[in-house]
Amino acid sequence: MGDLTGPNSGIVIPPRNGAKLVIDEYNKTNPAVKIELVEYDSQGDGSKAVALAQQAIKDDKIVGLVGPAFSGESAQVAPVLEEAKIPSISASATNTKLAENGWKFWHRVLPNDGVQGPSIADFIAGGAAAKNVFVIDDKSEYGKPLADAVRAQLGTKGVQVTNDSLDPTESDFSSVVNKVAAAKPDAIFFGGYYAAGGNLLKQLRDKGVKDAKFFSGDGSLDKGLIEGAGAANAEGALVGCPCYIATPDVTDAKVKGFADAYKAAFSADPAIYAAEGYDAATVFVEAVKAGNTTPEKINEFIASANIAGVSKQIKFQANGEVEAKDIYIYQVKGGAITLLGKAAEAKLG
Amino acid sequence: MNEKNPLARFRHQLGHSSDVIRDRWAHTPGWQRWIVYVALIIGAILLPSESIGSFMSPDTDWASILFFPIGTYVLLAIGLNVVVGQAGLLDLGFVAFYAVGGYAMALLGTRLGWNFWVILIVGIGICALSGITLGAPTLRLRGDYLAIVTLGFGEIIRITARNTDEIGGPNGIRGIPHPPSYEDLVLFGINFSDTFGVDPLKYGVLDPRPYYYLLVALAVVVIILVKRWEKSRVGRAWAAIREDEDAAEVMGVPTFRFKILAFAIGASIGGAMGVLWAAKSISINPNDFQFLLSATILAAVVMGGSGNLPGVMLGAFLVAWLPERFRGLQEYRMLIFGAVLVALMIFRPEGLLPSRQRKAELKEGTGGMGTLGAEVPGPESRGEEVASK
Amino acid sequence: MFNDFINQFWPATIDGLAFGSIYALIALGYTMVYGVLRLINFAHSEVFMIGTFGAMFVPFTLGINSALTGFALVGVIVLMILAGMLASAGTAVALERIAYRPLRKRGASRLAALISAIGASIFLQELFALVIIPNVFDRPQQGRVQMGLPRLMERTELFSIFGHTVRVDQVLVIVAALGMMVVLDRLVNATKIGRGIRATAQNPESAVLMGVDIDKIIRMTFLIGGAMAGVAGALYLISYENTNYFIGFLFGIKAFTAAVLGGIGNLRGALVGGIVLGLVENYGAIFFGSDWKHVISFTILVLVLMFRPTGILGESLQQARA
Repeated sequence: MGDLTGPNSGIVIPPRNGAKLVIDEYNKTNPAVKIELVEYDSQGDGSKAVALAQQAIKDDKIVGLVGPAFSGESAQVAPVLEEAKIPSISASATNTKLAENGWKFWHRVLPNDGVQGPSIADFIAGGAAAKNVFVIDDKSEYGKPLADAVRAQLGTKGVQVTNDSLDPTESDFSSVVNKVAAAKPDAIFFGGYYAAGGNLLKQLRDKGVKDAKFFSGDGSLDKGLIEGAGAANAEGALVGCPCYIATPDVTDAKVKGFADAYKAAFSADPAIYAAEGYDAATVFVEAVKAGNTTPEKINEFIASANIAGVSKQIKFQANGEVEAKDIYIYQVKGGAITLLGKAAEAKLG
Repeated sequence: MNEKNPLARFRHQLGHSSDVIRDRWAHTPGWQRWIVYVALIIGAILLPSESIGSFMSPDTDWASILFFPIGTYVLLAIGLNVVVGQAGLLDLGFVAFYAVGGYAMALLGTRLGWNFWVILIVGIGICALSGITLGAPTLRLRGDYLAIVTLGFGEIIRITARNTDEIGGPNGIRGIPHPPSYEDLVLFGINFSDTFGVDPLKYGVLDPRPYYYLLVALAVVVIILVKRWEKSRVGRAWAAIREDEDAAEVMGVPTFRFKILAFAIGASIGGAMGVLWAAKSISINPNDFQFLLSATILAAVVMGGSGNLPGVMLGAFLVAWLPERFRGLQEYRMLIFGAVLVALMIFRPEGLLPSRQRKAELKEGTGGMGTLGAEVPGPESRGEEVASK
Repeated sequence: MFNDFINQFWPATIDGLAFGSIYALIALGYTMVYGVLRLINFAHSEVFMIGTFGAMFVPFTLGINSALTGFALVGVIVLMILAGMLASAGTAVALERIAYRPLRKRGASRLAALISAIGASIFLQELFALVIIPNVFDRPQQGRVQMGLPRLMERTELFSIFGHTVRVDQVLVIVAALGMMVVLDRLVNATKIGRGIRATAQNPESAVLMGVDIDKIIRMTFLIGGAMAGVAGALYLISYENTNYFIGFLFGIKAFTAAVLGGIGNLRGALVGGIVLGLVENYGAIFFGSDWKHVISFTILVLVLMFRPTGILGESLQQARA
């Protein structure tokens, strides 16, 4: 479930494809119990998502849900699933508060913004050694808390922080850019999605803000960032993400196998959260393989699961968070996104 | 009108037959009307059954969409109809009051832990107040100026909510309490959940039907009140303002006060719906209150027949239901919706079930709200329309 | 705070002027149609959106994806503006023909016209997202994703004010917009068509009696207003290098605000309103933060309307001032 046709569908379609891949692979083995993948297009709208979830529970009798994709809709859908006792695994909702509700049937396969923000901040202050940082958010449910986490962490490191926000439905960010130019920072962090991020980056560089390093979070990890900014402007931009993208230079056999299969099936390189979508669906497939067919049984299986996924080792805590807490840093090099390494270890080349 | 045109003739006949029905209705004795009203309410209560749902919305849960968007739109449209249809004030920011109601529920419910019923009453009061505050400076403006200012206010409220961290900023507010439940309701010796498979006062998460019943109850109350107003002195004053504000003023109608009243009533209805909606949906955020919602509700009012309550409700029902029914057409449903809206206005600009007064005006060719028609110009003068006051 | 203002004053002014000029060009369409028909052409925002795609079509078909110089650059820019004008003016005329004229002929209420416009607006947005962008611009599955324009014009510095750079593209937008305004002003004040438009705005009944072909005048009004939005679309695309199917919405609201601000129905008012709005937004953002930009412009609008309900310059195509 997620926004399959709306403006941010770029972040939802890859994990959907990832999930589809697992289930197709599984069904090809002709198991006793086949899994059917039903798609629900919520367009990222919480109210629509709730109605769809109820349809899914009552009429389609789903046993598990991959999604919801965004944090906003998750907040509305998860209580419904909780009461219906349907397990869900989100591959992309990263809002911190989601795990604080005591939900038993809700899980996610990636660390939350509370982990992502500080890790990126540590990298900005440590790996990139920035002293004066300009933090911008897009006033979205996702961008604001992420940027706030970065601000807070940078504050504890004695870094000078200047703030502004932008409206992602706009395309002219000149007032933000003017502020950045006046503040002369040596690093900029943007909490928001790639469409606005690309435009922002371009307008920054056009305005002569050339030296400040540009950082962003998982929402901007998409080639749309490079397209929007232009390859020359995007060069060197750094993006943190709790996700693990199989970039072409990866050597790990398992990841490579996934990337090749994905490419063969969808004639595209696996993009953001594709691996997470794959892993989320894998958990369900493993549950069914182990002979669990009712939602409660599957949920029990998920609670005790310990599976080697493509993106990480999948093991859930009691509140639904995944144990592994690695944040990866990516860098734009030569017009492509490349992996720099884990945030704690990555070095700027 | 060109009577050779078969379409025009069809339209004419349709109008005629609806006239006949209405005449008969107007002469029906009171007790017979009450039977119809009761039948309608029973019909509304039976509506969320699965057998109807499988036809009405094969792709989503019928009971859920009966609450939102269908029921929500219907109630909002009734509220907006007071402002637009009856008092003739073009309001493009109606969503602002819905937002105020929603936030009232969310804040009072989560911060102060108030009971839903208390909040409903307080929320209606707050919304009426906000309608007055908003109306006082803006209602001196007329026509399109009012439209753009209300649009501006709708956006201001949304963006302010988004920018104010004290009320959750872009995250909105989570964990909004449900109305208090009375489980296993037994009335007249009937256990509802056993007999009908639904617990009508259990406000949980899973079953949307109790909320829908609550909405129906609210709608019934609102409809009765609105109808009473329409037939009272207030309603006549509104009609006078709508038709010719200057003449109304000259005849001694305190126009400004009645316009404020219309705004306050419309706002209260929108706000009540906001409270109810927030109580069901657990979490709200500023993006639930986009301009598009204002535009959609306005489209519902005009499409159904501005000023005529059954028409407005029909319009709201269609506007909410059609895109859900045709989910099968997937992405193309909004495209078709847009085209239908245009086609409807071309072929039936007075709406599906127009108010009779409006239709009479249309026949005269003045169109009631200023002329677009260059061929059959209206009698009113144009220049001073906006500038006066 | 005040220090910030002084530091950012010049860049904010330049950006405000450039953006304000685009608002002004779009506002013209609202103002002209309102002057003649007393109707808010709500679908005008989509006319602008289609203008950006019309302009996008030129480099797309020519397969340009690197910066140009000299005559090639001028040629492409002129072609883009023309294509934008053509696409927008065509859309505007078609809108009038399909969505407004039937209503006008039946003497429908203005409210009905407004709803028709909202319907047309949704239809056009979805048409682009579902059909035109995926097929014509060869972006299957990506109709709702923003589409970028490759850099055509290098962002070179033209001159600087107090150490703040003024770039070529910014000057281009401002100059081209002002040029268009002058042309339009002449058109309305000194040609036969212009006289017809003014006559219709003042009093349609008398205009008909005087032998003005009112249908033609209305068509021309939409055509001219559409063409201006097309210019705005092309200029926007050249300087900001991106567009999407939903871009018209915000511009539409802002441009309408600008039109009301300057005095609706008044052509010069549209220019003043647009530029004032552009500047106020940028100055306000310095003080309150960029996220309050819209709130600032709407608040200004409400204040202006409360104290001077006819806008800064007063409304009126009909009072023969335009």
